[in-house]
Amino acid sequence: MADVALRKVVKRYDDVEAVRGIDLDIADHEFIVLVGPSGCGKSTTLRMIAGLEDISDGDIMIGGDVVNDVPPKDRDIAMVFQNYALYPHMTVAENMSFGLRLKHYPKAEIKARVTEAARLLDITDLIDRKPKQLSGGQRQRVAMGRAIVRNPKVFLFDEPLSNLDAKLRVQMRIEIKKVHQKVRTTTVYVTHDQVEAMTLADRVVVMNKGRIEQIGTPNELYHKPATRFVAGFIGSPAMNFIPCRLEDVGGTVQIRLTDRIAFPLPPARAARYNALPRSEKLLLGIRPEHLTESHAHLEPGVETFDTVLDVTEPMGMETLVYFGLEGTPICGRVDPNAGAKDGAPMRLAMDLNNMHLLNDETGVVL
Amino acid sequence: MADVVVEQGRLARAVSPRKKGASLRNVLGRKSTVAFFLTLPLILLITMLVLYPAFYSLYLATLNKAMTKFVGLGNFTFLFKRETFWMVVKQSCIFAITAVIFKALIGFIVAHFVHNIPGKKQRKWRGMLLVPWVIPPAMSTLAWLWLFDPSYSAFNYTLSFFGVGPIPWLGDTFWARFSVILVNVWYGAPFFLIMYLAALKSVPDQLYEAASIDGANWWQKIWHITLPMMRNIIAITTLFSLIVTFANFDIVRILTSGGPLDRTHLFATWAFQVGIQSSDIPLGACVSLFMVPILAVAAIFILRDVNKRGNEA
Repeated sequence: MADVALRKVVKRYDDVEAVRGIDLDIADHEFIVLVGPSGCGKSTTLRMIAGLEDISDGDIMIGGDVVNDVPPKDRDIAMVFQNYALYPHMTVAENMSFGLRLKHYPKAEIKARVTEAARLLDITDLIDRKPKQLSGGQRQRVAMGRAIVRNPKVFLFDEPLSNLDAKLRVQMRIEIKKVHQKVRTTTVYVTHDQVEAMTLADRVVVMNKGRIEQIGTPNELYHKPATRFVAGFIGSPAMNFIPCRLEDVGGTVQIRLTDRIAFPLPPARAARYNALPRSEKLLLGIRPEHLTESHAHLEPGVETFDTVLDVTEPMGMETLVYFGLEGTPICGRVDPNAGAKDGAPMRLAMDLNNMHLLNDETGVVL
Repeated sequence: MADVVVEQGRLARAVSPRKKGASLRNVLGRKSTVAFFLTLPLILLITMLVLYPAFYSLYLATLNKAMTKFVGLGNFTFLFKRETFWMVVKQSCIFAITAVIFKALIGFIVAHFVHNIPGKKQRKWRGMLLVPWVIPPAMSTLAWLWLFDPSYSAFNYTLSFFGVGPIPWLGDTFWARFSVILVNVWYGAPFFLIMYLAALKSVPDQLYEAASIDGANWWQKIWHITLPMMRNIIAITTLFSLIVTFANFDIVRILTSGGPLDRTHLFATWAFQVGIQSSDIPLGACVSLFMVPILAVAAIFILRDVNKRGNEA
């Protein structure tokens, strides 16, 4: 097992820069998830760590050694691919032992390792089958088994659950977490699914347009996003962004959303935002769970307003409500018994204690 | 009571033609019947061009030279006693097996090179490398005949600069066999190339990437990934080429006409010589029929293996 470090890593395809000088330190035993939309450079970064793509600039280190020019086979890594990449002409056991056989491990040791990995992944009964005779979930387990038997320094996962149905994806997510808890190998995991990222990672790396937007624990990213991109990408439904400005009214600072809706800044936030220039174009970032039905007794910092709902989506344990504020679409989360109906008026409460203010032009969270 | 019986009889008579018409419509309307009629032109064509000649040659093989008397297996027993026949069997096997091995090998190697040429350039190379296969073999073999000319050929002229030759390309047994095999390989290798190229393109890149990470070098990737993934294509291409090469006629006929001293005769060319040139059509038919059991055995072995692996990928 080893730590992994990326120093100003760049990947260029002709004139296009897919990865634009990223720095990343991954500690030994850590589970890091690279997340971002399609084309953000996350898979390219993973493939550069694997050695499947050359680096245009910068350094990649595994266990303290620069591996820029080291071929994949000598990096002591294992990779799980999106479409499993199992060898169709080999049985499960042969697939899992392929790497060990190439390195001429003793037969007894190969058998012991394959048996142990199969037991760990609960695929002992499938050991003599060919990949075609396996379901998607079973194939994914075999692909993980192939990685585990080699006991590598680093595990690399390239969107391993994308080909599975929703139910199986949740199940396999838990399996992957369990396996990591047992083997504790340094893991780099790529996904575009922020739920996967949040549930699996020790730390999440959010990437956008070839750059790292933010690195942090799932909670940090959720509660303290650094940019509009991260704030909008992490969390489902996404955070609402409402154009607003600050104004001074009778010695207090107010946040004005529309001509008729303005709220005083909560005391906890007032000190932080007081110094902002009043002319600055701002965005109020508020997550749907902080836009709920109004109650009789409201906490300080929770403000109410009336609106007319466009659409409601009953989800069982909650109802998502959609409405507009001067053309900006907003999503809120209310109690299923709160009486939310399509086209009906409703009084909603906004918890400004959990608000974020963003610079509208730069997208930076203030 | 009697009225009722008459009435029933009339009814029965009236109904039966309608039933017949309905059942005919049912038969004609069945999917299998429609399918049969749609394939009928092909069935007739195969019957006329394949089955009739095959059975007719079987019939011919049982007649005497004048085709006036039934001699049973007489022609076959006569052939078994002739040395030339066994030489032709040996030559056909050597020719077909050697040529197919080289075609497969060259096709495989060149397919790898072409596969690794990027984008548009690959299309150009693919087109150029297919040229030998698209030229009618009778025409290209004539060009080879000039190249092999003992006195004025380009080959011997070029070799003379290195102090080699002149080589009797078509006059010596070894060189004549070498030459007919060389031309057959030149003509047939592009077929293997195009088939292998298609097969190579169907192997997912991620298998090679997984193998790279598993520690495989280029040779291990070919041995453990490429070859097993291409096994079915290799088998079917080999079988097809074996049949065509075994039955080759034009190259040998134009280059050597079976010479020197029958040393390059194949089944087809010898059957032609015996049957047409020596006017012993039953014996010629008998020679050509010998290809069937030999190729059938090869086909059974190769196709059995293909079926076994058919559902793997």
